[in-house]
Amino acid sequence: MEMTGAEIFVRCLQEEGVDLIFGYPGGAVLHIYDALYKQDKVNHILVRHEQAAVHAAEGYAKSTQRPGVALVTSGPGATNAITGIADAYMDSVPLVVFTGQVPTSLIGNDAFQEVDTVGITRPCVKHNFLVKDVRDLAMTIKKAFYIATTGRPGPVVVDIPKDVTAARCVFDYPKSIKIRSYNPTVKGHTGQIRKAVELILQARQPVIYSGGGVILANASKSLTEFARLLGAPVTNTLMGLGAYPASDQQFVGMLGMHGTYEANMAMHHADVLIAIGARFDDRVTGNVDKFCPTARIVHVDVDPASISKNVKVDIPIVGGVDHVLKAMIKELEHAKAKPDQEALKAWWAQINEWRAMDCLKYDRNSELIKPQYVLETLWRETQGDAFVTSDVGQHQMWAAQFYRFDKPNRWINSGGLGTMGFGLPAAMGVQLAHPGETVVCVTGESSIQMCIQELSTCLQYGLPIKVITLNNRFMGMVRQWQEFFYQGRYSMSYMDALPDFQMLAEAYGHVGMRIEKPADVEGAIKEALAMKDRLVFMNFLTDQTENVYPMVPAGAGQNEMILL
Amino acid sequence: MRHIISILMENESGALSRVAGLFSARGYNIESLTVAPTDDPTLSRMTLVTRGSDEIIEQITKQLNKLIDVVKLMDLTEYAHIEREMMLVKIKVANSAAKDDVMRLTDIFRGRIIDVSIDSYVIELTGDSAKLDAFLGMASPFEVLEVVRSGVMGIARGDIALKM
Repeated sequence: MEMTGAEIFVRCLQEEGVDLIFGYPGGAVLHIYDALYKQDKVNHILVRHEQAAVHAAEGYAKSTQRPGVALVTSGPGATNAITGIADAYMDSVPLVVFTGQVPTSLIGNDAFQEVDTVGITRPCVKHNFLVKDVRDLAMTIKKAFYIATTGRPGPVVVDIPKDVTAARCVFDYPKSIKIRSYNPTVKGHTGQIRKAVELILQARQPVIYSGGGVILANASKSLTEFARLLGAPVTNTLMGLGAYPASDQQFVGMLGMHGTYEANMAMHHADVLIAIGARFDDRVTGNVDKFCPTARIVHVDVDPASISKNVKVDIPIVGGVDHVLKAMIKELEHAKAKPDQEALKAWWAQINEWRAMDCLKYDRNSELIKPQYVLETLWRETQGDAFVTSDVGQHQMWAAQFYRFDKPNRWINSGGLGTMGFGLPAAMGVQLAHPGETVVCVTGESSIQMCIQELSTCLQYGLPIKVITLNNRFMGMVRQWQEFFYQGRYSMSYMDALPDFQMLAEAYGHVGMRIEKPADVEGAIKEALAMKDRLVFMNFLTDQTENVYPMVPAGAGQNEMILL
Repeated sequence: MRHIISILMENESGALSRVAGLFSARGYNIESLTVAPTDDPTLSRMTLVTRGSDEIIEQITKQLNKLIDVVKLMDLTEYAHIEREMMLVKIKVANSAAKDDVMRLTDIFRGRIIDVSIDSYVIELTGDSAKLDAFLGMASPFEVLEVVRSGVMGIARGDIALKM
């Protein structure tokens, strides 16, 4: 049957099982919006800014393991979406972002609302397409979803000129697809896996360092089984939190710049490092010349380009993390050798000594609200089982340190790009994907203002998100660096003329709260969580001088942490 | 070290800019780059000359392979290979002595004079880049008006072939 491009677009989404898309209409996508209007299988969420559409799609994707979908118009619609696309690229989030484009006859003419979307997005997408013929539309959309969700996931942009959405052709959605130039490796090399297991079994001081790749590959169970078999300490990256249960004895906390002392010291003294779905980011390694000086390194990753990019590894294994972990488990179970229990015992004794430093301690008797206390209380009151999104800065680090995630896909943050403004729209995507669940956005008074317009979207769709604003009247992380490294010259880091957040929340139709005393924290959180059907904006006035500890300063090794 | 990387890629618009963009975004250098369709019109072959340590070249080949449009690639430098570049040089030859000298030089380098005017020659020369450089060195006593180089292409010797 013949259909218009716009109708084909909608049918393709239905075929892909997409039930929710985030977007904002405009001239170039009007045909598509008309086609969306005429059906009820694909629900469209109207955001207030295109950046938020993409972050919401990311929140949806990160919390469900399904691809997120955003739809924006040409020109400014596309450019506003770029931050979200770049964010998804850095954190390997499976997204398909559809952008409208001016009619093919006008491309290159500096037409109204024209930008070279394919050109602008090229460096921050896994792949992108410009569809110039309606007969290519269905196949291109099929390819887009396939590329976004396989291998190392990532965002794919499909740019669709307006005339293509009006043109007609027969709709035929391909059942399966093969792209000759794209064949991600799934199974790891058996020889490499055997070599890795041999090395691991000789380890006296092993460390498992696992990242967001474990979550993306749905490999938390396999990781846990693997770690238990070895009895080795496990540290997670910021993106990997929840991949291994934080309440488990073998978990030594997050590593890196604001990781725990025990995690970083264990890394530094490891003799065998098992890196799984992690990419040796500079915030993890610190100074690479001082990184894991005594360790032989096994690295499992689906992306060969991640291996030996920053740190040279000894045994690379390219493959799907879950496949490789399962193969390693099998190999371990059949191996004659067993981990050296005596050595492990001594290793744990050392780690426990580091642990006893209690590197996350803070002043519990302060008369001011300590941000750590707010997050600890939140963790306790939600039984550690909420979905938590965050913005970027000190509050993000405190959330990562103090909200102990036992499950994957619960911690949704902007790790690679570090996008302030991510938290609230991401929480919308999470809440829409998980209606009935507690979704909390941990943010600061600076970050929240970067996408605060989405409070309106939250009202429209009745999203009962709990916004926890740790308001220290500073861009806290900037202030902290200025205190440590710029002799306290607080250049432009004070957020002057802040709005009254309580009134602002109320103006948007939500519940606003202002909490000024430590004694009120627990009650306020309880009260907010009890309001199951309302968005509650909690403005915690916190200690302005609080810093995130511990810290590996830039250029230092992992064993050179600043402790409180 | 200098490396010659041959790439088979989908002959689609934008494929070239994906490669060029990758190099600029990641700070790799490109010494030369040539691209044209192959006998299979759906494929283009690109030859890229770059320099870098082993680690950088490894990253370059991995990042190139990661591009969806890249079908296959090969670092020719790892194999016995033939390298060729073509050059067109326009040289001023004001008097008959200069004409003789340039003709002789062209003969020695097995080039051809493909255009003659009253006081200039256009010379076509093929060889590896070092040979072309050598020619330009020898031509320096003359007034070189224009130099056009194709950039390097290459092919492996023997049975090894970069194809689908």
